Amino acid sequence: MVDVRKSFGSTEVLKGVNMEVAPEKTAAVMGGSGTGKSVLIKHVVQLLIPDSGEVWYGDKRMDQLEGEELDQERLTIGYLFQGGALFDSMSVAENFDFVLDRHTDLTPAERIDRIEELLNWVDLEEKFHAVPADLSGGQKKRIALARAIALNPKLMLFDEPTTGLDPVSVRMVSELIVRLREELDMTSIVITHDLLCAEIAADSVHFIHDGRILENGTLDEVRNSDEPELRNFFGK
Amino acid sequence: MSLRPTVRPTARRETLAQFLEKIGEFGSFVALFFREGFGRPWEGRELLRQMDEVGTRSFLLTGVTGLAIGAVLAMQSRGTLVQFGAEAMLPNMLALSIIKEIGPVMTALVLAGRLGAGIGAEIGSMRVTEQIDALEVMALRPLNYLVVTRVLACFIMFPVLTIWTDALGLFGGYLESALAAQTDPRLFLDTAFTSLRFSDVLVDTMKTSIFGAIVGLVSCFLGFNVRGGTRAVGQAAMQSVVASSVLVILADVFVVRLSLLIFGDVAS
Repeated sequence: MVDVRKSFGSTEVLKGVNMEVAPEKTAAVMGGSGTGKSVLIKHVVQLLIPDSGEVWYGDKRMDQLEGEELDQERLTIGYLFQGGALFDSMSVAENFDFVLDRHTDLTPAERIDRIEELLNWVDLEEKFHAVPADLSGGQKKRIALARAIALNPKLMLFDEPTTGLDPVSVRMVSELIVRLREELDMTSIVITHDLLCAEIAADSVHFIHDGRILENGTLDEVRNSDEPELRNFFGK
Repeated sequence: MSLRPTVRPTARRETLAQFLEKIGEFGSFVALFFREGFGRPWEGRELLRQMDEVGTRSFLLTGVTGLAIGAVLAMQSRGTLVQFGAEAMLPNMLALSIIKEIGPVMTALVLAGRLGAGIGAEIGSMRVTEQIDALEVMALRPLNYLVVTRVLACFIMFPVLTIWTDALGLFGGYLESALAAQTDPRLFLDTAFTSLRFSDVLVDTMKTSIFGAIVGLVSCFLGFNVRGGTRAVGQAAMQSVVASSVLVILADVFVVRLSLLIFGDVAS
């Protein structure tokens, strides 16, 4: 991202964000509530378009793509939304099938195998026929993650993947993010204010404050920064 | 100290500006619908599901409405017609009023209530739970999947349900006539359709396709543009019903005027 700025009405949320994520690494974007973390990653998939600045994904300007070309790039990016965003009018299996049916040439039998494989990956194969309303928060997140990687994306975006989860589920989801990098060579951007999640999953941390990236580095480097906002955030 | 916000003097001007802005956004939404909504992917299965949702599940509601209206209309009109010695014209009057106006408009209003609230709330809750964003990032074209299917389902099913309402309305009228004056069913049917032209039936039934498109587009637009939480979803559902109903009534005025210009009235 190069000097990305975004305002909503008279409120300037992003005030010139510069940020780069190395391939096959996990970058955590940390910061307090309302600092523009979620707004930031929405620019990566063009859910939002910056008022100015550039959003690069590989050699493509994501903020300028349209139509088929945008769709093609979006298919290589997975997105885990804060609440999971499972389609609640469909069963768990249908949530996967809906995506696989439209974007792959798999036969129905192959699609069922793929769904079972994905559910097995998040250790929830018994939820094949369940509906989202019957799942716990942690289960929803894990199933939504499995759905997000159904098309083998190169980049995964996580918007507060551990918010509202108990510590056991936080660890479970964070370890899944690590497995994505180790087993599937995925690049990930994780929006979080959860230290445990960042500790487990992040290779690098970008601390955002007041619409700008205030500090970059490893978690320890960021944690030991002398910036007052960071000291305040980490409770020092 | 009161928790109630104080109303600023400029609030009314802002409300008008917001209303005009909303109309502009609706115009853009309709333009987007026609520009991009009919390209690939075609969501045939979802269209059938929505036609089932709009159609099959509304048969009882529109049927009961039609039956009751037909019966009540016959009851209310009989006395007046008897006064003028025109009781024999009752089937004629029933068919004319039900098929030309009451059937189509009542069907559209009843469906605007049922579907407007349903579509507005469903799409609105999908918006606040980020399901629409999820569709978008998975390149699943929410406009095609959510909007086009619902608008087309309404466009196709409204006339079908209108024919059903009209039929039951006439049946309700006949039942009343049979009970009150032992009217012969064949005589009732023969008299009923003498004043109607094919163009009347066709135009007044098919105009409900326009009403259906209005209900679908307005409800989808309001649901799609929900911002906030559950309260906003409720408001979208309520606004969908109100806006759809008002627009259906206004559209009826234009369509009737236009059809009179083209086909003339029944006496011509």
